[in-house]
Amino acid sequence: MSDVIQNGGQASGEAAPTLTKKDFTSDQEPRWCPGCGDYAILSTVQAFMPELGIEPHKTVFVSGIGCSGRFTYYMDTYGMHGIHGRAPALATGIAVANPELSVWVVTGDGDGLSIGGNHLIHALRRNVDIKILLFNNQIYGLTKGQYSPTSEEGKVTKSTPFGSVDHPFNPIALALGVEATFVARTLDNDRQHLTEVLRRAAQHNGTAFVEIYQNCNVFNDGAFDLLREKSQGKHNQIRLEEGQPIVFDDGNRCVRVGENGRYEIAATADTDAASIVVHDPHGRPSLAFALAHLSHGPDEPSAIGVFHEIERPVYGQAIQHQLQAATERLGAGDLGTLLHSGDTWTVE
Amino acid sequence: MSKPVKERERIVVRFAGDSGDGMQLTGDRFTSATAVLGNDLATLPDFPAEIRAPAGTVHGVSAFQIQFASSDITTPGDHADVLVAMNPAALKADLETVAKGGVLVLNEDSFTQRNIEKAGYTADPTQDGTLDGYQVYKVPMTSITVRATEGIGIGKKEAERAKNMFALGLVSWMFGRPTETTLGWLEKKFGSRQEIFDANVAAFKAGYHFGETTELFAESYKVEAAPQAPGTYRNIDGATALAWGLIAASQRSGLPLVYASYPITPASELLHELSRHKNFGVVTIQAEDEIAAANIALGAAFSGQLAVTGTSGPGIDLKAETVGLAVIMELPMIVVDVQRAGPSTGMPTKTEQADLLLAMYGRHGESPLPIVSASTPAECFSAAIEAARIAVRYRTPVILLSDTFLANSSEPWPIPDVESLPEIDPAFATSNGADFLPYSRDDKLARPWAVPGTPGLVHRIGGLERQDGTGNISYDAANHELMTRLRQAKVDGIADDIPPLDVEDPSGEADLLVLGWGSSLGTITASVARARANGQNVATAHLRHLNPFPTNTGEVVRKYRKVLIPEMNMGQLAALLRAKFLVDAQSYTKVQGLPIFAEELEREIARVLDE
Repeated sequence: MSDVIQNGGQASGEAAPTLTKKDFTSDQEPRWCPGCGDYAILSTVQAFMPELGIEPHKTVFVSGIGCSGRFTYYMDTYGMHGIHGRAPALATGIAVANPELSVWVVTGDGDGLSIGGNHLIHALRRNVDIKILLFNNQIYGLTKGQYSPTSEEGKVTKSTPFGSVDHPFNPIALALGVEATFVARTLDNDRQHLTEVLRRAAQHNGTAFVEIYQNCNVFNDGAFDLLREKSQGKHNQIRLEEGQPIVFDDGNRCVRVGENGRYEIAATADTDAASIVVHDPHGRPSLAFALAHLSHGPDEPSAIGVFHEIERPVYGQAIQHQLQAATERLGAGDLGTLLHSGDTWTVE
Repeated sequence: MSKPVKERERIVVRFAGDSGDGMQLTGDRFTSATAVLGNDLATLPDFPAEIRAPAGTVHGVSAFQIQFASSDITTPGDHADVLVAMNPAALKADLETVAKGGVLVLNEDSFTQRNIEKAGYTADPTQDGTLDGYQVYKVPMTSITVRATEGIGIGKKEAERAKNMFALGLVSWMFGRPTETTLGWLEKKFGSRQEIFDANVAAFKAGYHFGETTELFAESYKVEAAPQAPGTYRNIDGATALAWGLIAASQRSGLPLVYASYPITPASELLHELSRHKNFGVVTIQAEDEIAAANIALGAAFSGQLAVTGTSGPGIDLKAETVGLAVIMELPMIVVDVQRAGPSTGMPTKTEQADLLLAMYGRHGESPLPIVSASTPAECFSAAIEAARIAVRYRTPVILLSDTFLANSSEPWPIPDVESLPEIDPAFATSNGADFLPYSRDDKLARPWAVPGTPGLVHRIGGLERQDGTGNISYDAANHELMTRLRQAKVDGIADDIPPLDVEDPSGEADLLVLGWGSSLGTITASVARARANGQNVATAHLRHLNPFPTNTGEVVRKYRKVLIPEMNMGQLAALLRAKFLVDAQSYTKVQGLPIFAEELEREIARVLDE
């Protein structure tokens, strides 16, 4: 895709500026470890943003604590780097205050699913107009390698020398469980797929939840190789495409409806074409939930793409409607009238 | 046939009953009628933490106390002259609040053997001498109410529920309160439900006429209107005044108000009140938790709103980290703390002023911020505007301290002229084409408020230390020291922008200064007046700004040989003043979840003067 896109639809009255990747690239030098998956995500996001035609000053990136938290500083937009886990709440305040802004949250598996889990689920429940990018590397990187809420059971880390006994979250299933209106998964190093998912997320009206499998090459290298590495990924990525039968591994395997309506992976050759699942992201969340549970983690063939996408009233818009309705019913508030409302008496 | 009317200068009435008996409502209505009559007044609601504790038990008792007078008064009164007790538990719980020789009006119907035992009495207190020395009036309130509402077409249970209106009617007669205010209110409240309206009116009138006609009461009382300065008045409680002050600050700044909060007693009243005023553009958000509420407010502050979060008790602990973020981001935000009693959950419905040191120091690192407090229920209005003024002018979070007593109590308030309220200039940054420096500073050391959506000003802020000027991340040692000192100097500089500490010392040579802050103002004023009447020479001063202190504070406290600081905590303001000014200020402390009473402080003043 081209990095240079005409700005569309901004009612500034001025000549529409031509936006480029450079317009979204700040003068701060990224300071992630060399080889970190965050570099690829940053580059793809910077290259994608011009496509939206929204000028940098109408765009806000909000992040929390962790390696992903630094993302904000590298985008030449408005940015707020908050405290640990609270980015969805900060972003809610920003988005509700000014519905004109394009608001993006960058978080990680520790930031978004551990300390900030409550804010994440409530943002998804409310359907605030924010786009949440959750960089999942299944490890605490910034604090130098403790297990995270998405680390696999048995994971040996500095804080779990005998292996983790925690059961991990399935972030897609979690988002679906709290009735998120847009749920997708993509990969840090697949520029084309990541861009397409970002595009779909940006177009979504409400909260978009995008899990990005991101390689931490220092503390958890290779966690996603089965999906990320070209040679393996081609066999193990289950790419979800709307309206298409779900087949993968060069067409050799498919997702079909098994016993009791369970989704299961099977050899395409052994499967009746009619029982291969046709992907419908607009259907009931239980369909997407079944897709989320095709694998226990990225060490098995796993689905990527848009799992679920539905329309529901958007939080900030609903608030604005209430303000308008109240003003229409009662007239614009008058402070003097308010202060004199109820019982008063006058002393001459 | 009319009965003799006794003139009284001041009266304290206390309504007490089961928490389901509607005593707060009864007190509130009596207050309205009293306010309209032009008496000065002060109220003290006193209710249990449980919504409905087991009926008939002492810990389920809910009470409402009002003092009203023909002269200026500042407290709800130390002792009740009249206690209306709807059941034995209310008598048991509140008898000790009644002055010896005071009037007890008891709902006779409720003094059954079972209720008497439930209240923890071993024998009927109306028979065994417990009430010797009081003027006891036993009135079968429930049964008269039921009889008065016959034929209206409501069930017995519904009818019995109107007995609080009977009590209100009776007490309204005792003190010559006008009936129109209450009847008008009933019309508004129940007008659409005819039977309920009819029953409440019937009960109210039955109570009023009972007083007028029965032989029980020998007399009624009259309290003349208090002299008040010309103007239009209303009665207002602290929660409403604070909410309206925030709305006023929004109107006077042109900044839309965003109030994000999590339900918590007693701060929830602010959320309730503000959520009613959407036609003022007020956005209220009930967040998923206290931390989210603070962050939603901070996000809204970044977006150029008048951002407020409010809480009480444990909620302020949870917000601390976010308040620290607001300190380093240097964004305007108001954090309302309606202080309540105790650590942890403590006593949620009881008052205290023990969060001062937390407001001052309760964040990691050097994290200074301004602290504003309200001293009376009505003053919550101006305190809210002052907090907003400082937050916006200095681009800083401000903690606004109220407390449970202020929030729930009410007093007459001369309604201010809207045009007289201070204007607040948001002074948003706009681009002049040059490179934008988000951490450059003006003459007050405030940084620019550059709101997303503004062309030419894109910038990033965050919790990591900022480089002076650019606002980029900086781990430079000298820069951290510079920024720490700049943040402190900015807050310290507010002292030049607030009124000096006003000392009330008629002779100019008082032997003792009584210095307070927050809701103890009423008690201090009343007890110092008594001390002076006793011939003691006492000065008073009251701090509204607790950080920074007014510039003359050190001079004031050093001037007096003795300084006494009454507080509903273990001596927090005293600790601050002693540390800052090296003065031998003495503490008078009370931590019972109740205001300090004027007679308690009067005794302490005498004791300190005798030392």
